[in-house]
This record gives sequence, C-alpha cells and structure tokens, in this order.
Amino acid sequence: MHVIQRIFYFHVPSWIAMFIAFSVVFIANIAYLATRKSNWDCLGVSAAEVGVVCCTIGLATGPLWARPVWGIWWTWDARLTTTFILWLLYISYLLLRGLLDNPEKKATLSAVFGIFAFLDVPLVYVSNRLWRTQHPQPVILGGNGSGLDPTMGKVLLLCVIAVIGVMIMVLFDRYRLERLRHEFEELRLEVETRDLTPASILGKEST
Amino acid sequence: MTTTRAAAILLAKELRLEFRTRELLSATIVFSLVIVVLFSFAFDPTAAESRRYGPGLLWIAFLFAGSLMLNPSFAREQSNDTLDALRMAPISPFAILSAKMLANFIFMSLVELVLVPVFGVLYNVSLSGVAGRLILVLVLGTIGLTVTGTVFSAISSHARMRELLLPLLLLPILTPLLIAAVEATASLLVDQPELDRTWVALLAGFDIVFLTASWLLCDYLIEE
Repeated sequence: MHVIQRIFYFHVPSWIAMFIAFSVVFIANIAYLATRKSNWDCLGVSAAEVGVVCCTIGLATGPLWARPVWGIWWTWDARLTTTFILWLLYISYLLLRGLLDNPEKKATLSAVFGIFAFLDVPLVYVSNRLWRTQHPQPVILGGNGSGLDPTMGKVLLLCVIAVIGVMIMVLFDRYRLERLRHEFEELRLEVETRDLTPASILGKEST
Repeated sequence: MTTTRAAAILLAKELRLEFRTRELLSATIVFSLVIVVLFSFAFDPTAAESRRYGPGLLWIAFLFAGSLMLNPSFAREQSNDTLDALRMAPISPFAILSAKMLANFIFMSLVELVLVPVFGVLYNVSLSGVAGRLILVLVLGTIGLTVTGTVFSAISSHARMRELLLPLLLLPILTPLLIAAVEATASLLVDQPELDRTWVALLAGFDIVFLTASWLLCDYLIEE
C-alpha cells in the first residue's frame, strides 16, 4: 500500500459527506410533506444530487484502491452492496422527478419515494450483513482504519472536514439554483395564464 | 363508513374488475412461466444445481412479474378519472390504498399458486413436505412486494414512461426482501429442511416497516 493508500483520504470523507447529504434529503422530504413549502423540495433535490455525486466518487475510488490491495475490483460485501443500492435508489429518485410533470405532484410523490428509500437503507444493510456472514468471503479485511497512525488520523480528519465543507458549499449553490429555477417556473406559469388578447388589455385600460 | 367496510367494498370492486376479463392475471402467469423456462435454457441446471439456484429463480420471477402486474393497479384508474370519484367518496385514503394492496396480494398469490407447483415439477424439487412453511415465506414475501409495489404504482401512475419507471423504483427497494425470501426458501429446499427464523423475521420486519410507512403517507399518495 504505497501511493494507492492516499485514495483513502478522498474515499472515506466522500462517504461521510454522502451520508450527511442523504440524511438531509430525508429530513427535507419529511419537512416538505409536513409544511408544503417549496424550499424543502428544492433542498431535497439539491441534496440528493450532491449525495449521488459523493456516492459516485466513493464507488469509483473504492475499486481503484481494492484492485491492488484486495486483488479484486469489487466484492459483494455488506457495505459495498448497501452503498451500491443506495446509489441506485437515489438515481431513481432523481429520474422519478424528471418524469413527473406537474410540479406539485413531483414534490409530493418524490418526497414519499425519498422516505421509502431512506427507510430501506438499514434493511438493505442488515440483510447484506446477515447474508455475507453466513457465506463468508476471504477478501473481506474489515475496516482499514484499524492501524492508522495518529498523524494520519489528523490528516484524515482534515480531509473529512474539507470534503464536507466543499459538499455544503456545492449544496448551497445548487439550492440557490433550484430556487431560481422554481421562481422562474412560477413566473412562467403566471405569464402563460395571463390573458393577453388585445380586447382584454384595452378593456383594462379603459376602466 | 368505517375504513374496513369501505376497503371491503373497494376490494370486491377490484376483484370483480379483474375476474371479468382475467387479462392481467393470465398475462402475468404466462410471463412468469416464460422466465422459469428461459432460465433452464440459459443455465441448463442439473437437479442439484436447480435446488441451489431454484429459490433465486423463483423470487426473481415473482419480483419481475409483480413489477409488471402492479403497474395497471393505479394506471387503469386514469383513463376514466375514476380515482377522482373514489377520492370524492367519504372514505379514508387508506381504505382505497389497502383495498388495492389486498387485491394485488390476492392476484400475486394466485400467480404463485400456479407457478410454485410448476417450478417443483420442472426442476424436480419436492415441495410437499415443506408446504406449510413455504406458504409462510411466500405470504410474507408477497405482502412486502405488494405493499411497496402498490404505493409505487400510485407514484408512477402520474409519471411519463410509467411502465418502465415502476420496476426501476421498485426493484432496488426490494433487495432486502429478495435476499431474505431467497435464503428462507433455500433453507426449505435442502435435505433436512429447517426454516431459518432470522430471514423470516427480516421478511416480517420489511412488511411492518413499509406497511406502517404507507399507512402514514397514504394521504399524500391519494390526494389531488
């Protein structure tokens, strides 16, 4: 484990950032259903997108590390499988949003799906855990943080804080964009429903 | 009207609607048979292998069949806007949802009733000794499949490309159910069959979690 171990300092922080992002999605989904404020819906979709990006980074860096260290790209271990399913679930969450046209329906139904998806995560983890402990795989080394040098622990902490910081910044940016998009959509609807025939404009002027 | 009574009336309506044509049921049964037959071409299993892979095949067939069969559950209310009529009736949304869940549970059970014996015959797996325990696993698995499937059918019925969307939403969520159901079924197909309680507990847990969630969230699903 020479230079390849350095991937660890991107890999672990991106997982932590992903879990924070998906928890934000869950909270935003519940808050949307409770309050019906579009801000929560915007926060939900923004956090889901950021979470999927973090998850993709984690899924991409993992095999790069595993290939020289474990000798294989991928193993169906509980943690790997759970995050892979998580990735699929939140991609379908984003797909679902793209396929719902009515904005009100989009927010409500995707919130319901988001809650179902989040509830599924512990079940996926438990089932994979039981599944694999019953059929043990030789390649599972357990957590690799077991022999971490104290200095490197500090480095890891720094990386975690940095990645979470970046994640939050991107999340805020994405949230602002979603708000603007939402506002634009509302204005467009307002303009579209306005009566612009000459008679109605003239009629208004005369009164 | 109480929720139970409303649900019973709606369930009768769902069943009457389906048994008038039986088109959904027959199509689903044939589809799941096709999967079972294709599997034997793709893998050409021996008797020992089919015991090993049989439970997986059986549940994959149920999951795929379910994800296709559950789609019309809400989608067919759309052509005549009949869901609006149901919504205007003075009954709780959970009555509508639970009637559909029950109806889908009955349809799915009928599919399994045909498919499981056929599977036993085609793959030389003796099921008679474990019938009671196998039914328990099938019932628990089917509850989980139909509860989440009905909820997602309500979600996907509003979307474009809903036929494709439903399996996409449903199948990843069902991973824990698939693992638990396959392992529980596999524990019944070995030489000394003994039901693995862990997996049965996990199946029951899955059912309880999502049944509760759909009870809590059904107002948002059915609303206009």
